[in-house]
Amino acid sequence: MLAQVVTILLDGLNYASFLFIVSVGLTIVFGVLKILNVAHGAFYAWGAYAAAFSITQAGELGYPDWIGFLLIFASSIIVGLVLGTILERLVLSRMYAQDEVLIALATFGVFLCLEDAILLVFGVDPYFAYQPMAVLGNVVIGGVFRDVYSLTLFALALVVAVSCWWVLTKTKWGKLIAVVIYDREISQAMGINVSAVYLIVFIIGAALGALGGAYVAPTTSVAPGFGIDVIVLSFAVVVIGGMGSIPGALIGSILVGVLRAVAVHQFPELELFVVFAVMAGVLIVRPEGLFAPPKARTI
Amino acid sequence: MNQILKNDATIRWAVLGFFVLAVAGYFMEAWVQNNIMFGLARGLAVLGLMVLWRTGLISFGHALYFGIGAYVVGLVDRNFGISDIFLRLFLAVGASAFVGFFLGFILRKYRGIFFAMLNLAFSMVLYGILVKVESLGSTDGFSVSQTTILGWTPENKYALFAAIVFVCAVGAILVQCYLKTALGTLTTAIRDNELRVEYLGFSVARAIHLKYIMSAGLAGASGALLAMALGQVDPDSMVNWPVSGELVFITVMAGPGSVIAPFLGGVAFEFLRTYAFELAPEAWQLIVGATLLGIIFFLPMGLWSLLERIWKRRGVSS
Repeated sequence: MLAQVVTILLDGLNYASFLFIVSVGLTIVFGVLKILNVAHGAFYAWGAYAAAFSITQAGELGYPDWIGFLLIFASSIIVGLVLGTILERLVLSRMYAQDEVLIALATFGVFLCLEDAILLVFGVDPYFAYQPMAVLGNVVIGGVFRDVYSLTLFALALVVAVSCWWVLTKTKWGKLIAVVIYDREISQAMGINVSAVYLIVFIIGAALGALGGAYVAPTTSVAPGFGIDVIVLSFAVVVIGGMGSIPGALIGSILVGVLRAVAVHQFPELELFVVFAVMAGVLIVRPEGLFAPPKARTI
Repeated sequence: MNQILKNDATIRWAVLGFFVLAVAGYFMEAWVQNNIMFGLARGLAVLGLMVLWRTGLISFGHALYFGIGAYVVGLVDRNFGISDIFLRLFLAVGASAFVGFFLGFILRKYRGIFFAMLNLAFSMVLYGILVKVESLGSTDGFSVSQTTILGWTPENKYALFAAIVFVCAVGAILVQCYLKTALGTLTTAIRDNELRVEYLGFSVARAIHLKYIMSAGLAGASGALLAMALGQVDPDSMVNWPVSGELVFITVMAGPGSVIAPFLGGVAFEFLRTYAFELAPEAWQLIVGATLLGIIFFLPMGLWSLLERIWKRRGVSS
């Protein structure tokens, strides 16, 4: 009994940490740029592929296994920087005046392109980058056998959450972002480089999506279609918590993660149903989500 | 209605166009016939989405009704052996419009991104059920037996092709008639200014609700026809979220200009996909995605606006 509760809880928190890292990127982008980024799922898949590719390459060249951790972070930063810049500058920056749903559709087009670009760059064969997971070994918690790697995911999510909170509330950058969210036009008039803020926020969001993928890559096989399910799951998390809210993303991912773990272990046929039923329920009762930031726009 | 039928140029062109297509279909190669059949079937769902789009609403979850239509056809075939095209269609449209009627009470309060997302959530609920329930075929789905037409079992695919052309023509004409009624002319008015529409004495919520039920029924018919044309239903190609994305894609590609545009868009999409796959089997999505971006940037009113421009230029020169 206890062992089962511990398993469900660990599975749930593990899944929640992963969802949080991915969806915090999505929610930041929505909060600042007012864009629902469907291509976020492609950043996730690109991060996973870049990490898996570089780790297997490093393994073949005979580098020590721990180098994989550096490669995970390096590949997510590079993916975020390159793809984020390309997408924001080439597509999104020309569309900010358009209807938000049309922008979402444009990011769907980008998603399709990036999905296939993966196949062209990395090929269709799956990658297995087990090295970082093998380095850390296993541990027994409450009578349950676990690999240490999936526990470090929990720590990583905590680091991401704390640093987001710190940047947004304690630094000059956070204040700039808050001002731009509040009123784009006035902040531009006050001499803030809004277009630079947009670009940087988008890159950070993209890098977080890629980090989620890159960190998950060692625990599974990275194969085509990697980002398709993740994108709607992180939509659900973001909508449940409130679009644009970081605490919301935290609560949303814990809710979705634990609910899904309970469903997987107790009622396997409800696995996906439960997530989207909660999403629909939240949208019906509180369309802005559980923790939506107060609306600045009036009139 | 009689007046509209007699005097409307769009309807005359639609009748002529669909008639020519039905005749031409007899002489087409099998793959061309198939592509046009799939494209027209999708076009019916796009027609409903176009009416919503003119109202200012985009749904990212009409795969819900598309899937209901397809699965109703599959289920009544498997459980009761119903194979008649019109009976199947009737049941599929009834079921999807019924679901649309109930969800419409909730959805008519939402606009913009929230409308899109709530639709997505509902469609993913259905997807979540379908992929996990073994008796509904799980991820593999199940096959649909051959369609009969009023008791007659056709020998080749042309009969189904002609029937689909007929159904699409009827759909296009009915929607055109609706758009010409008082309630129909409110479509763009609602997008422009809801408050003023209320002041004119109309209920915006009820007008949107009606359009929503209509689009649900059309998407159901579309899913039903595609299930019959493919002879197969499965969750990933009929209910998962990329299906909704595809439908919205075709809507934007076709443009809101006319009730004929969705069918052109559907067929164009089908050929785009076929040729992209032929050209680059591993990168066809890249071509499709790039086309979508190109249309959003350079042809915001869709393929139909291109045709209109050509049409007008001809008119001026002659």
